[in-house]
Amino acid sequence: MFIRQETIEKNAILMLVLTLICISVGGIVEIIPTFTIETTIEKVQGVRPYTPLELMGRNIYVREGCYLCHSQQIRALKDEVERYGHYSLAAESMYDHPFQWGSKRIGPDLARVGGKYSNDWHYAHLINPQSLVPESLMPKYAFLAETPLETGLIVNHLRTSRIVGVPYSEDAIANASKDLLAQADAAADGDALLKRYPRAVQVAGKPGEPTELDALVAYLQVLGSMADLAGATPAKLKQ
Amino acid sequence: MSEATMDGFAAASAPAVPRAVVYNEVIVKKFVIAAMFWAVVAFLVGTVLALQLAWPAFNLGFSFTNFGRLRPVHTSAAIFAFGGSALFATSFYVVQRTCRARLFGGEALHNFIFWGYQLFIVMAALSYVMGFSRGQEYSEPEWHLTIFLVIVWVAYAIVFIGTVLMREEEHIYVANWFYMAFILTVAVLVLVNNVAVPISIYSAKGYTVYSGVQNALIQWWYGHNAVGFFLTAAFLGMMYYFVPKQAGRPIYSYRLSVVHFWSLVFMYIWAGPHHLHYTALPDWAQTLGMVFSIILWMPSWGGMINGLMTLSGAWDKLRTDPALRFSVTAVGFYGMSTFEGPVMSIRSVNALSHYTDWTIGHVHSGALGWVAFICFGAIYYLVPILWKRSGLYSIKLVSWHFWIATLGIVLYITSMWVAGIMQGLMWRAYDQFGFLQYSFSESVNAVHPYYVIRALGGVAFVSGALIMVYNLIMTVCSSTTERRDSAVAGG
Repeated sequence: MFIRQETIEKNAILMLVLTLICISVGGIVEIIPTFTIETTIEKVQGVRPYTPLELMGRNIYVREGCYLCHSQQIRALKDEVERYGHYSLAAESMYDHPFQWGSKRIGPDLARVGGKYSNDWHYAHLINPQSLVPESLMPKYAFLAETPLETGLIVNHLRTSRIVGVPYSEDAIANASKDLLAQADAAADGDALLKRYPRAVQVAGKPGEPTELDALVAYLQVLGSMADLAGATPAKLKQ
Repeated sequence: MSEATMDGFAAASAPAVPRAVVYNEVIVKKFVIAAMFWAVVAFLVGTVLALQLAWPAFNLGFSFTNFGRLRPVHTSAAIFAFGGSALFATSFYVVQRTCRARLFGGEALHNFIFWGYQLFIVMAALSYVMGFSRGQEYSEPEWHLTIFLVIVWVAYAIVFIGTVLMREEEHIYVANWFYMAFILTVAVLVLVNNVAVPISIYSAKGYTVYSGVQNALIQWWYGHNAVGFFLTAAFLGMMYYFVPKQAGRPIYSYRLSVVHFWSLVFMYIWAGPHHLHYTALPDWAQTLGMVFSIILWMPSWGGMINGLMTLSGAWDKLRTDPALRFSVTAVGFYGMSTFEGPVMSIRSVNALSHYTDWTIGHVHSGALGWVAFICFGAIYYLVPILWKRSGLYSIKLVSWHFWIATLGIVLYITSMWVAGIMQGLMWRAYDQFGFLQYSFSESVNAVHPYYVIRALGGVAFVSGALIMVYNLIMTVCSSTTERRDSAVAGG
C-alpha cells in the first residue's frame, strides 16, 4: 500500500487518482451518514410543504439574497433561545430547497418571525424599513409591491419540488393556482387552502392580482410556525 | 533539498535548456489583463457594499442596486473573476516553464477557455443583479450557467493536465501538484453541490436536490473547500513558483512540501461543519469538523514556513523589491488567517464569533492579505516579462501601493474584530435582573463607527489597486521601460 512520493510525482495520473482518494474520504464519512441515520431529522408533527404562495415568496427571499443578512437558524444557546424562540430543528427545514440557514446577522434571525408581527407591519416594513425601525440598515423593497407575481409556471414549481422530494399531493398540484389566489386575498374563502396547508396566513393582496410583496409576506408569516413544538419532548428531538 | 525540486527549479530559471521551447504567453497575458480588470471591479463593488452598510441610503432604492443582489457580485468578482483569472494566468505560465513544454492544445481551445470563463463571469454577475440566484453562498449561479462553467472547466483541465503529461521534466514540480489538486477538487465540489432540477428547460429557475440539514452540510463542504482548494491550494501553487523566483532561492524544504501537500488535501475536506456549530446539524458532524479544522492548522503552517523560510539568505531583497514584499506579506497573512480559522472553529469560540462581523474580518484577512497580495506580487513579477520590458515603470509606486493596501487591510480587519466581538458580547449580555440587556437594533447602532472605518479600508484598498493598474499600463506603454537587449527570452 505504500507508494513512494518519487513514483507519484513522476506520474500525473497516479497523482490525480491519489488526490481524488484523499479528498473523497472526508466528504463521504461526513455527508453520507446524514442521509442514512434516521434520527438526523427529528420526529416532530406539523411541518408541511409550503403553500404555492409561500413557495413563490420563498423564491423571492432567495432571489433577493435575504439570507446574506438574515439567518434562519436559532442555535441551541440560552441567549438565542430567549431572543428568538425554540432552537431550530432539522425537521423544520426538511422541505427547504435550498436551505436558508444563513451565516451572518446584519439583521436579526428570522427562523421564527412568522406570526410575530402583523401583516400590516410586514407590508410597511418591507416598503420602507426605516419608517418602523429607524436604525435599520435594510434596503427598501417597495418595488416588490409594484411587481405582479409571475404565476404562470406555478404547477411546474410544485411538480419540480416533488421531484426533489417535497411531498406535494396530486390534489395540491391540481389546486395550486386556486390556492395561490385564495391566500393572496384576505377576503377570499380560505377553507380549502387551510385544509391542505394548516397555519397558512392569508395576506392583503388585490383580489386576483397578487404581487411579489404579497408572496414574500405570506412566506415570512409561516416561518417557524409549522412545527408542533408543544408536543415535542427532549427525547423526541434527540438526533 | 532533493533533486526533484532542484530539477523543477532549475528548469524554471535556467535559459540554457537543451531544446528551446517556445512558451505560449498570449493566453497568460489575456488572463493577467482580466485579473486586473476584475480586481478593480471586485474592490469597487466591495467598497459600495461597505458604504451601504454604513449608510443604507447607498442602496439607492432600485432592485438591482440593493445589498442582497450586489453582494454575490462582489464575492464572485473577487474569488472567481479576479482570483480565478490570476490562477488561470499563473497556472498556464508556471506549468509550461516547470514542465519545459508548450501549453497543450490549440489556440482555439485556449481562446475558448479565456472567453468562455469571462462570459461565465459576466453572465453570472448580470443574473444576480437581474434577480437570479440559487441562494447558496459562493455558489449562486443557476443551473444553466453551472453547466456552461463545467464545460469551460473541463477544457481547462484538459489543457493543464495535457501540458503536465507532455512534460520534458521527469518530476512534476510542487506548484503543479497544488494546481492539479485545485482543478480536480473544484470540479468535484461544483458537480456535487450544484445538482438541481430546473422547473422548465426554458426557465433559469431550478430547485436544488438537497434540502435542509443535508443541503447545509453539502453547501459548507463546498463553501469551506472553495476556500481550501480555490483560495488556498491554488494560491499555494502560485507561492511555490513565484516566491522562489523573486527571492532567487530554492524552496526551503522539499520534504515539508510533500508532507504538507498530502495532509492539506486530506484534511481540508473535513472542516466544513465548523460553519454549522450549535445548529440542527448532528453533534457528531460538528465535532468532526472542529477536530479536523484544528489539526488543519499544522499543514497550513507547513506551507507558510516553507514559503517564508525560502527567503533565508535573501531577506535583504525585501528592502529593494516591493513586489517581493507583497508575496512575503501574503504568506504572513496566510499564516495569520490559518491560525485564526482553527481558533474560530472551536465550538465555544464559535458561539461568540458566528453570525458576527468577526467572520467577515477573518475572510478578508485571507482574501485581501493572502489571495490579493500573492496575486499582486506575481503580477508585478510577470508583466515586465510577458510584455518584454526592462522592468516595472516605477518601483516607488509599487511601494506606495503596498503601504496603502496594507493600511486598508489593517483598517478592515481591526474594525471587524472590534465590531464582531462587540456584536457577539451584546447579543449574549444579560442585565442584573436576568433579562437580555440589548435589543438587536442596539447592536446595529453600536457597530456603525466600525462600518465607516471598514469602508475607509476599502477605499484605501481600491486606491492601491488603481495605482497598480496605472503602473502596469505605464510599464507596458512607456518608452522608459523599453528593453535594449531584445534577444533575451522571457522567463
